[in-house]
Amino acid sequence: MARAVSNRRKALVTICAWAVGIAIFFPILWTVLTSFKTEAEAIASPPSFLFFDWTLENYSTVQERSDYFRHFSNSVIISFGSTLLGLLIAIPAAWSMAFVPGKRTKDVLMWMLSTKMLPPVGVLIPIYLLFRDTGLLDTRVGLVMVLTLINLPIIVWMLFTYFREIPGEILEAARMDGAELWSEIIYVLTPMAVPGIASTLLLNIILSWNEAFWTLNLTAVDAAPLTAFIASYSSPEGLFYAKLSAASTMAIAPILIIGWFSQKQLVRGLTFGAVK
Amino acid sequence: MAFHTRALLSACAMAALCASASAETITIATVNNGDMIRMQGLTKDFTDKNPDIEVKWLTMEENVLRQRVTTDVATKGGQFDVMTIGTYEVPIWGKQGWLVSLNDLPESYDVDDLLPAIRGGLTVDGELYAAPFYGESSMVMYRTDLMEKAGLEMPEAPTWDFIVKAAKAMTDKENEIYGICLRGKAGWGENMAFLTAMSNSFGARWFDMDWNPQFNTPEWKETLTTYLDVMNEAGPPGASSNGFNENLALFQTGKCGMWIDATVAASFVTNPKDSQVADKVGFALAPDNGLGKRSNWLWAWTLAIPAGTQKEAAAKKFIDWATSKEYLELVAAEEGWANVPPGTRTSLYENPEYQKVPFAKMTLDSINSADPNNPTVEPVPYVGVQFVAIPEFQGMATVTGQVFSAALAGSMDADAALAAAQAATEREMKKAGYIK
Repeated sequence: MARAVSNRRKALVTICAWAVGIAIFFPILWTVLTSFKTEAEAIASPPSFLFFDWTLENYSTVQERSDYFRHFSNSVIISFGSTLLGLLIAIPAAWSMAFVPGKRTKDVLMWMLSTKMLPPVGVLIPIYLLFRDTGLLDTRVGLVMVLTLINLPIIVWMLFTYFREIPGEILEAARMDGAELWSEIIYVLTPMAVPGIASTLLLNIILSWNEAFWTLNLTAVDAAPLTAFIASYSSPEGLFYAKLSAASTMAIAPILIIGWFSQKQLVRGLTFGAVK
Repeated sequence: MAFHTRALLSACAMAALCASASAETITIATVNNGDMIRMQGLTKDFTDKNPDIEVKWLTMEENVLRQRVTTDVATKGGQFDVMTIGTYEVPIWGKQGWLVSLNDLPESYDVDDLLPAIRGGLTVDGELYAAPFYGESSMVMYRTDLMEKAGLEMPEAPTWDFIVKAAKAMTDKENEIYGICLRGKAGWGENMAFLTAMSNSFGARWFDMDWNPQFNTPEWKETLTTYLDVMNEAGPPGASSNGFNENLALFQTGKCGMWIDATVAASFVTNPKDSQVADKVGFALAPDNGLGKRSNWLWAWTLAIPAGTQKEAAAKKFIDWATSKEYLELVAAEEGWANVPPGTRTSLYENPEYQKVPFAKMTLDSINSADPNNPTVEPVPYVGVQFVAIPEFQGMATVTGQVFSAALAGSMDADAALAAAQAATEREMKKAGYIK
């Protein structure tokens, strides 16, 4: 009897989970489906779900009109560059906060988070002027720097919470065995925190990949990533939903695939320490 | 280490290459409307004629591009050599000294051929600050079959009374046919473009000659109540979130009897590839109330050169090419007369080939009946038909657009919406120092 109840409950939970999952995924699925329709079918009502004339026309139009691979490589360089640079700064920072906290560590953490509370447009003009004077406008280096700074608070916070779960005694033991500071961080701490670091890495790549304020406002032609690629297909005067969907699908596909394959790592990292 | 040195060297070489090439490269920022995409596609014709100039393109959606180029021109960032901007920006930016005067374009450009209404809106104190790439107005598009079924005949220049009557007669909600589709989505370029132009035909205006907001006048009340009444009775459900695209989709799928919107829509709704009603569309001038002003707007996308560019001569050459008579002929030869960017040159409308295009005459008549320097029945201190060319307008019209959209959604009545619009506009104008 008890078994039957638990089975029923399991089924219920499974159904609920699937329902939520499908609801969240549906807009993406719809975008992908629309990208294979003609413009006329894209606005048809009632819309057809699967039974329409599948076409690749939109993809060839999009590829013909704009250089996908240039935007793609910019996106890769900017998102990976900023995340790796961020980790390089954040791992030592989070180490010191987690294992040798000072009187003001909590305040410093809060202060770092507070920088995320300012709307980015508030500092657009100052940053634009700095970039203009240093020649960083429309460069990948400039964007890597800005995105690193923007995501740094999140990276530090995430790593800090993972590191705090690691017993300090292990590090002490390493120190007893004569490990120096850097070997302690590299050979003892990092391997234990791999799930945490990996999920921080993935999450920040996704955040930087999707970042659409600075990447649009600080680039023109040379450093423009996929966000600019999408912005060239949305249109307030003209129905080009199918082409826009094709452009969006091309822009999100790489990150979707990375997310798909690293799902386990991502979930493990994000729930690390959440369940005691 | 060797790798690093090599990378450094190659980076230097790349930089040097870029520097030597940049003397000839102009960067053009433009909106992604069909006509501009076509221009981008025809770049080769320009570079063939000017082999010493290379062209780089940034094409973006209008709102993103506006923010992007505004930041750049205001900070003299120098990222762009040619910018696509609208008739709203040109007078403001021209006055600020942000744009290069185009008065010295070569004689072959024939500046007197530009349509006077369009040219007037791009000229500040005698200086032409931008060259029009294409111009548009608004007009009535209607379903000839539904009009006939309702037993009515659309005059060439209808009145608002007729439009309201026809909208109600054409509505058949059971079959999802709505007599009229109008913009309801909040935004200074969305519902406020339509409502401001509509208010002109009711004798209303944004400001009197002393810059006092006028939303508390009977003229504005009549404008808004007419709009709300006809939309509530004969408009589609959820109209408060409909903009150009949503209405275009409704019209193309046969759900609208009439649609008053940009003349550029004519080529979409008559295109049999996308539109189910392509062969059943008629056109008429935007309605009026017999007061001497119609409710159509005037907009042009123009090419301008930001002050401070290092490549002014090359940029001018490009503008000369893209807005010339020869460019119109080039497009006609490549893609047919119907795809020529409309609404900029008198000579185009005198061309017998172009006169065959079904919406050509209506577009010209609409453009000619709007005067940005004299847009309203009573005098106003501002330039602009469906906007007021002052920097504060975007913010004020965004707020008023939101309350009018809320009124359409039914969450407040017309009086409350007008009072809120008046209060918000007064506050903003005081803050900006126009009124005490």
